[in-house]
Formats: sequence, structure tokens, C-alpha cells
Amino acid sequence: MNAMDTIQSADMHAAARARIAALPIEGLNPADPQWFVDDTEGYVFERLRREDPVHRSHSPVPGIDSYWSVTRYKDIMQVDTSHGIYSSEEGITLMDFPPGDEQKLPMFIAMDPPKHDAQRMAVSPIVAPANLNNWQGLIRERTVKVLDSLPRNETFNWVDLVSIELTTYMLATLFDFPLEDRRLLPHWSDMITSNKLTNPDAPDPQVRMAELRKMLEYFTRLWNERVNAPPRTDLISMLAHGPATRNMGPIEFMGNLALLIVGGNDTTRNSMTGGLLALHHHPQEMTKLRSNPALIDSLVPEIIRWQTPLAYMRRTALADTQLAGKQIKKGDKLAMWYLSGNRDEAAIPSPDRFIVDRERPRQHLSFGFGIHRCVGNRLAELQLKILWEELLRRFEVIEVVGEPKRVRSSFVRGFSHLPVRIPG
Amino acid sequence: MPKVTFISFTGGTHTVEVPPGTTLMHAATDNRVPGIDGDCGGNCACATCHVYVEQTWLQRLGARTATEEEMLNCVPERQDGSRLACQIALTDALDGLIVNMPEAQH
Repeated sequence: MNAMDTIQSADMHAAARARIAALPIEGLNPADPQWFVDDTEGYVFERLRREDPVHRSHSPVPGIDSYWSVTRYKDIMQVDTSHGIYSSEEGITLMDFPPGDEQKLPMFIAMDPPKHDAQRMAVSPIVAPANLNNWQGLIRERTVKVLDSLPRNETFNWVDLVSIELTTYMLATLFDFPLEDRRLLPHWSDMITSNKLTNPDAPDPQVRMAELRKMLEYFTRLWNERVNAPPRTDLISMLAHGPATRNMGPIEFMGNLALLIVGGNDTTRNSMTGGLLALHHHPQEMTKLRSNPALIDSLVPEIIRWQTPLAYMRRTALADTQLAGKQIKKGDKLAMWYLSGNRDEAAIPSPDRFIVDRERPRQHLSFGFGIHRCVGNRLAELQLKILWEELLRRFEVIEVVGEPKRVRSSFVRGFSHLPVRIPG
Repeated sequence: MPKVTFISFTGGTHTVEVPPGTTLMHAATDNRVPGIDGDCGGNCACATCHVYVEQTWLQRLGARTATEEEMLNCVPERQDGSRLACQIALTDALDGLIVNMPEAQH
């Protein structure tokens, strides 16, 4: 991209900001995926934090309808740590499906204690420090392999050749999934998160369900192989042997698999893309990084803050309550807009700047807080750390040569395309 | 001013002295003691300030809160002496406190 592109982009952003400032606030619906496609959602959140931090929002999408948008860091922290008032059991996305609808999969992210605790505790040993140590070598080996086979002097899609490829390898490792079939994992991840009501390009619900059934069949086969074998350290074996999970039914198994595939997949994927884009837009930060690679330790959490791969998490009020002076009614749904909280200057200094050597880079909302805080957070960071170590070692220049294409979603904040060229 | 010693998983020690009322978590993070993260800033919301407190000291600390108990369920290698450092306020009565740190925060 040249200087002219940057100027045009700045003009477009200034125009968007002005346009959003002129809109009546009652109509502002942050969940409209168009904001995210256009990369202008930040201006919506800026207004809401300032003018209506707990904002009654309305979506035209049936199943989303009305909800509260919580946009300040402090209020999000309060909701996230009050699971006794704000439940996860009705789901963690804004879309409500009719009861019995097959779209909803049972998973521990969408459960309250005590059931949540038992399932989470069965899964969390997979990312215990010892396991992370054991995987470091394999992660690095695969990262090196992928980076060394990237094309030189030609434009390619970073999302496909790097972000998807690396996170797929990692997920296959977690599950000890047959490597030759590993591309099924991001395929299923995309099926799980797809929603035709918000994205017309998504598959039809029946097609989606058929694909998810295939996923269940495949994993059931792996389960059956491993349940009769001695316990191993892959996720399927852990689920098959863990006392809290070995008797779970096929739908619950599918739900927890879905959670681990999505949680471990497109979030890390989008951070891998987002980090490169951020450094491209902040060249002075790349200079700092190159002259001091030890800054990777603070780069990684800053990338995760900047990208906020899951823009929000939804909760449902179990009783009438108050939040920042607003009356919340029992049954109301709320969106904790992590993306907005991560730009809240009341909590984070210079939040709209990408800074690779922040003093407290880990203080961000992207992993959530409270009992549902992301189980895989250290694994995500480890993958990003290794990626940047190997990138800095290998390539003096990594050029982003065009605009990214963003995913049409207000939940998953990500990219489908980023054109990159590595001279060599 | 109360002094506290942090012992790392590999045996290294860091002793810091802090004003009374400082939480054990801030005692570590303000003094860049490696091994305590405190990602949530001390809100009992992340369990990344996990420490092990030996029995005789443990008895001298207040009881764990309900939230602290819950968050401790998230840590790998929970033990009897497990505490979250953000929930312990250092006072002169706790001068000389020694705590052990886990292999890593989760």
C-alpha cells in the first residue's frame, strides 16, 4: 500500500466518524456486522462509552431483537465477575434460537456453576504448564516448516497460508487428530460459528447441521478408539477418561468439541493476521520490535488486546438488577463489548494506539474475566510468541500490499484475506 | 514496613518491602517480581496471582472469600495452601511472610 492509500483510508475514517456522530443514539446497534466489515465499529463504541455506557440496543435480526450494550471496561468487569446475576446458560452470543432448535450446542462456556465447573476442570489440564512446555518444540517445528515454505516475491493470502495453516496444526496437535485430515478442523469451526441470519454467504442451517453431524461421527470414532486405550494427553483422551466428561451424551460431546475447536481456532487465527496488520499500520512499533526482540513478550498480549478476536460475550440477567444506573430486568440479555472495553481510556492508557512495550499489556478484556476466562489463553500466547520469534529471525521485510477483507460478523472479529508479499 | 519473600518454582527468591495495606499481588507486580501476573489488576477475576502459602502463615491470613475459592478452581495444581495474592493485604503483622509461586500462572 502506498501513502495515497493511507491518506484515502484516513479520509474515509474521518468521514465515517462524522457520520456516526450525527446518528441518533437510540438507533445505534453495535451488533450490526456492517460496522465490522467497514472497520468503523470503533466510532460507535466511542460514542456509547461517552454518552450511554449501558445502552439499550435494537437489532432488526429476528432472534437478536433487544439487548443491552455494555461498553466501559469497569462495567464489563462487573458483569463478567457476577455470574450469580448474569448467567451464561441462555447462550453466549446475542442470537436466540427457538427451544429445541438444533443450532444451539451445549458447551461449558454456556453453562453456570456447578455444571460449568466440573466440565471446565476436566478440560483445563490440557493446557497445564507441563503440557505447554511439551508442545513448544512441536509448535516451533511446524511454524518453521510453514514459514520456510511461503512464496517469495509474490503476493499471497496470509490468512490462508499462515494464520489458518498454523492454528490448524495446533488444533490437530491438541486433539491428536490425523494430520492428513486437519483442514476439516477450520472447516468445522467455520460451520459452527456461521449464521445465515447475519451473514447471507453462510451455509443453510440444514447444510450446517449435516456438516456438524459428520464432525460428530469423526470425533466419535476417535473417542471410541481412545476410551479403551490407556489415558493420553490429547483432548479427546482427556474427555473420554475424565470422570466429569466420560459419560456425556453425543450432543454434549459435540458441544464441547465445538467449543474447543472454535475457541482454539479462529481466535488465534485472527490474532495472527491482526498482529501483522497492526505492525504494518504502526511502523515505528515494528522498528522498536526489530531492535529489541525481547519485546515479543509484551507484543503478544498487545496484539490480543488490539484484535479482540471475540468482540463480545453475551449474558442473561437472572433477576432485576442495576448497572451503571440503568434498570436491567430479569431475562434481559446483555453484550459485554470486550472490543469497546479494550479501547476505554478510563482503564487503559492510550488505548487507541498499538504499543509494543506497554507497561501492563496483559490488562485487557480479550480473554474475559471471572470463571469463564479463556482456558486456552497461555496456549494462544505461546503460538503467537513462537510465530513472531520465527518471523523476526527470517524476514527482514513483510509487506502488506492491499486492504484486508474482514469477516461479516460482530462476534468473530477477523479476516478472510490479507494480501502479503515477502521479498527474497 | 512489612517484608515478603517470593520463592520461584525453580528456587530463586525475591524479597520486597512494601507499605502496609499493599496487596501481596501489587507487592510482586510493583516490584517486577517474575511469576505473578495479576492480569485483572487485582479484582479476583483471573487467578493469575496464584501463590502457595505454608500452613503456619496460612492460619494467620484471613479466610478465602467465596469468589477467591471459585477462582482457585481455575488454577492447575491447586493445593491446600493455595491463595490468590490480590486477596491478601500485607500488614506489619505479616512481616516476614514467605510464599511459593507455581510453575506458571495459567
